[in-house]
Amino acid sequence: MRVHVPHIAAERKPGQFVILQVDTDFGERIPLTIADADAASGEITLVFQSVGKTTHKLAEMEVGSHIPNLLGPLGRPTEIDKVGTVVCVGGGIGVAPLHPIVQAMKAIGNRIVVIIGARSRDLVIFEEEMRRLADELIVMTDDGSYGRRGLVTEPLLEYCQSETPPDRVIAIGPPVMMKFCAETTRPFAIPTVVSLNTIMVDGTGMCGGCRVNIGGETKFVCVDGPEFDAHLVDFDNMIRRLRAYKDQEDKAHAEFHEHEKCGCRLGGKSHQSEGEQV
Amino acid sequence: MSELTGANAVLEEEAQKLLSGLSARPQLNNRDRMAVPQQEMPAQPPTERIRNNCEVALGYSPTMARVEAERCIQCANTPCISGCPVAIDIPRFIRAIAEGRERDAIGIIKQSSLLPAVCGRVCPQEVQCMQHCTVGRVKKDRMQSVAIGRLERYVADLEREEFGIATPTVKPATGRKVAVVGSGPASITVAADVRREGHAVTMYEAFHKPGGVLMYGIPEFRLPKDIVEAEIEVLHNMGVQIRTDFVIGRSRQLRDLMHKDGYDAVFIGTGAGLPKFMGIPGENLVGVFSANEYLTRANLMKAYDPAHADTPIRRARKVAVLGGGNVAMDAARTAMRLGAEVVYLVYRRTEEEMPARLEEVHHAREEGIQFCLLQNAKRMLGDAEERLVALECVRYELGEPDASGRRSPVEVPGSEFQLPVDTVIVAIGNESNPLIATTTPEIKTDRYGRILVDERNETSMPGVFAGGDIVLGVATVIEAMGEGRRAAAAINELLAGA
Repeated sequence: MRVHVPHIAAERKPGQFVILQVDTDFGERIPLTIADADAASGEITLVFQSVGKTTHKLAEMEVGSHIPNLLGPLGRPTEIDKVGTVVCVGGGIGVAPLHPIVQAMKAIGNRIVVIIGARSRDLVIFEEEMRRLADELIVMTDDGSYGRRGLVTEPLLEYCQSETPPDRVIAIGPPVMMKFCAETTRPFAIPTVVSLNTIMVDGTGMCGGCRVNIGGETKFVCVDGPEFDAHLVDFDNMIRRLRAYKDQEDKAHAEFHEHEKCGCRLGGKSHQSEGEQV
Repeated sequence: MSELTGANAVLEEEAQKLLSGLSARPQLNNRDRMAVPQQEMPAQPPTERIRNNCEVALGYSPTMARVEAERCIQCANTPCISGCPVAIDIPRFIRAIAEGRERDAIGIIKQSSLLPAVCGRVCPQEVQCMQHCTVGRVKKDRMQSVAIGRLERYVADLEREEFGIATPTVKPATGRKVAVVGSGPASITVAADVRREGHAVTMYEAFHKPGGVLMYGIPEFRLPKDIVEAEIEVLHNMGVQIRTDFVIGRSRQLRDLMHKDGYDAVFIGTGAGLPKFMGIPGENLVGVFSANEYLTRANLMKAYDPAHADTPIRRARKVAVLGGGNVAMDAARTAMRLGAEVVYLVYRRTEEEMPARLEEVHHAREEGIQFCLLQNAKRMLGDAEERLVALECVRYELGEPDASGRRSPVEVPGSEFQLPVDTVIVAIGNESNPLIATTTPEIKTDRYGRILVDERNETSMPGVFAGGDIVLGVATVIEAMGEGRRAAAAINELLAGA
């Protein structure tokens, strides 16, 4: 989805996110990472997966309609520096926020390897954009319908074991994927960065709902992150905290569908509008 | 005010009897006035109100207000005024009520305070104006002072509901521009005071609705949101531009406001929005919340209304709230209204030391909140899935008086016990939000992150002023307004001289 919001397009840096709301009185506030931005046209690109009521409403918005509330850019930008070879791992829609980071890491002179992971061919996004930027691109699918069959951690492990291991790994995707990327690089002591997407309300440090354990310390994803040293993140705690409202979210989603009669698969993680450009 | 029933109707009857007695006398002397009992505030019965989210205190009837106003002895030295952070001419507005000149009364208050409907509800009067009231001193009980806050609320509500809130006069445009960062009580005061002088004012708010803590923090049952919205409407009518969904330090850098966007001065009133946690084991278990998060979900995001609101809130059964301030009371009472079976309020000291307004403590007790005093949380226990199942507390006793004369609580070794709870809400205060300070190093802060200001509330960055919680750490609504008033005067002086 492309959104005209000039001040965010001008100020945003790789790694930052926005919080939006589709109804000022009763809507929930959800964080979404910025996949691309063009300061000249004043547009930012948001990529989201329709997994709940708000993302469904967002997916149903037509070209030219208005998002009532859009706050950003939030979070600390990615540290962009020249380190040598950077392996960038993106899983599912995590490929979208990875895109501006790859752009910046490439521009500063790093050698870039991109590993894209998806469940199946039709869920691979940003492949062309990444191919243009990457020195090497690997696509992995769970079902083998495209690229190599298997998990993103397999080629990542091969890189770590190779003669020329990466100098840095950046992994963005589902929490479980990020957890296993961290476990893959840990024995090799390769600096690894992950971008966390936790439950948030305000996004400015006020609520603390997004807090995570980082090396035994409590940090707020919205103001201290969203990027952290993957080897310090307590992923198990984060995953459990992410499920805190699951029952209510599923119920809201189900009720929404009873009214809207949308054809998507309820309760499933996938939806056809994934990565759709409005 | 709606028709009074039950116990509230009895209050009204008594007030009418008192008023006819007072009216029968040709002149009232101080002894007559002192003999009049303080008029109790009509309120929703506890059993009823814990099942709704409507305001608890219903406000005085005209009769009650008149009787209460007659209790003021109009003493010459006006000690109450010195107890008010914005120095409202309290005796004068009370006399106006006693004489049936309510419009005059509101005019007198508005010379000093912009938000009487808010302050009448949330000010801790017992440690401000009422603490110094001569009537209370004579009765040796500050709670028996003239009920100044209730009278303030009475005329403010009359203004809003019957007279219509007057829009302050704005002087002709000066061509000067001021940015106000944040939209809580300090910022609202600055915006109004600066705009009055004819300067253009833009107010920036990170949330989707302006009002700051008045909107996200204080619950509907204590401060109805339509009151806050009416006050914001006044700013709109004065021509203040309000930009929501805009966070200074991220959406725009503060120095860009000054150097690129042409603002002549900036006021920072961003509040103390960084919740403190206990720093004890188990605080990141599922079921542990900051009061900020819990209250924001309930209030601003309207999670108390699940039929309409998309934002979920935990359906808590057994709740422990940690803390003894207003925010702790608000969180505990909100949990009760959202259907909790039991709500414990765990506080390390005794009720004497609780910083909450006495009325809130009283209301919380009436609503069945269980006070666990001289106890403190030690750790939080979870199941295999990291869901909270219990809070381990330890008992305290009051030790020897310290240097300040206060007996500080000391832990009783071996007194640990467990409260079975599924939800803990941490309400032990806030630290300063570091966003502006970290993105604008020109602005100096102390070691707690509070912005340092001079006696005119100017920061170390010329033309940039600050006030409210971001300067004071913890302040009341009226103290924040007092800061805002001082900063606005300095800004107006700066712009007039320039």
